[in-house]
Amino acid sequence: MKKEYYNPEDLKKFGEISKWNKELGDRFFEYYNKVFEEGALTAREKSLIALAVAHVVQCPYCIDAYTKDGLQRGIENEEMMEAVHVGAAIKGGAVLVHGVQMMNRHDQLSM
Amino acid sequence: MATKSLKARKSALSNTEKQLDVLSNSIFKAGVLPTFKQKLHAHQIEEIKPNVLQVLQINMGYMCNQVCAHCHVDAGPDRKEMMSRQTLQQCLTVMQTEKIETVDLTGGAPEMHPDFRWFIQEIRTQTSVQEIIVRSNLTILLANKKYYDLPDFFAEHRVHIVSSLPFYKRNKTDRQRGSGVFDTSIKALQKLNATGYGKPDSSLILDLVYNPSGAFLPGDQKALEEDFKKALLNDFGIEFNQLFALANLPISRFLDYLIASENFEEYMTALVEAFNPVAAKNVMCTNTLSVSWEGYLFDCDFNQMLDLKVDTAHPHISQFNSQLLQKRKIQISQHCYGCTAGAGSSCQGSIA
Ligand code: SF4
Ligand code: SF4
Repeated sequence: MKKEYYNPEDLKKFGEISKWNKELGDRFFEYYNKVFEEGALTAREKSLIALAVAHVVQCPYCIDAYTKDGLQRGIENEEMMEAVHVGAAIKGGAVLVHGVQMMNRHDQLSM
Repeated sequence: MATKSLKARKSALSNTEKQLDVLSNSIFKAGVLPTFKQKLHAHQIEEIKPNVLQVLQINMGYMCNQVCAHCHVDAGPDRKEMMSRQTLQQCLTVMQTEKIETVDLTGGAPEMHPDFRWFIQEIRTQTSVQEIIVRSNLTILLANKKYYDLPDFFAEHRVHIVSSLPFYKRNKTDRQRGSGVFDTSIKALQKLNATGYGKPDSSLILDLVYNPSGAFLPGDQKALEEDFKKALLNDFGIEFNQLFALANLPISRFLDYLIASENFEEYMTALVEAFNPVAAKNVMCTNTLSVSWEGYLFDCDFNQMLDLKVDTAHPHISQFNSQLLQKRKIQISQHCYGCTAGAGSSCQGSIA
């Protein structure tokens, strides 16, 4: 067992997941590439969404890939940080909004 | 940001052998990455061959008013190398005898050469060259009073201007090219527009070159062009013709940066992964020859900076022999990956 769970080199091997299940792997990558094509949203907008989501799911591979992707597209650091804050706000909000559930449950159980 | 060339700083990398050593050893020797030659072979490309010679790119000298961090020429105010009148004359002779279509003047800042205007006038009057390109860094046009009327001179001699602007915002531009460069470049572009350059109804062409300011590849050229056009027009009322998004080649100051920032291996890997066999068949060296300030001939400006002269018995412009040159073998090394990188595209590139 290696010392780290995450290795930057593994990002390059992502495609290899198809080796153990070609059909599903191929379908995933086909879907993935289609999702990021220019559509109703621009490829640039999608890149920023991907960056925000990458932070929310805390995937170091995706953070690496979409920071680089942003740089290549000329996305500025202010835009990247705002996207990360959107992710953080939603994630923080999602935690806090459950406080209502806590309050409801609390009140239901309390005299 | 450094204000001196690698040469003036006496950096080990100002030695071209040292650069070639870095490019041939390291990860390439260890077999981690294929050499450029191996990559060509893997794509059934035996070698890169010269096609019909169309462009003579003349490096008039390494002096420049800027000291950009990414400069592959290692140019700067401290570089005194300049082409002699005799060599310029030999270039004119070759333009005539070889029926050169396009002359591409570069440097350093070619405008700083004392014979710059004379040379352009001679090309227009003594040769049948159709297109004259000047690689202008923009700030030179406002660096000194003696350059203020250059836009008019360019227009009068129908010069095609190709200028570098690393970004349409101040920050990234100034980080790569030095503080204040952005504002001055904007003023110079406005001046060129006022002379008719880059306007939709004008025949005076103004193209921009974008190089990424860092260890990453340029994204899609068309998308970047749209972004540049929109931002420059909205913010500064500037128009231009085309944007060329070019990868930085791992030589000279950019190589120095890659090594110092520990990005060399990652950057080379990105270049190798972005190898595009179609691009490999149309690289610049297939229709261009580059002339150094001393009159030596090179397959391209990059090879000039690595001192890889054309592989013929007569590598000097005074002994120009088109038959021998046509049959020459183009000198390649791992820096050539910079010419064959398709548009970089995030982790999609590595999973496709
Ligand atoms: S990149 Fe161009 S403008 Fe910058 S130092 Fe080099 S020659 Fe001069
Ligand atoms: S670096 Fe020069 S020799 Fe190499 S592919 Fe590019 S143009 Fe050709």
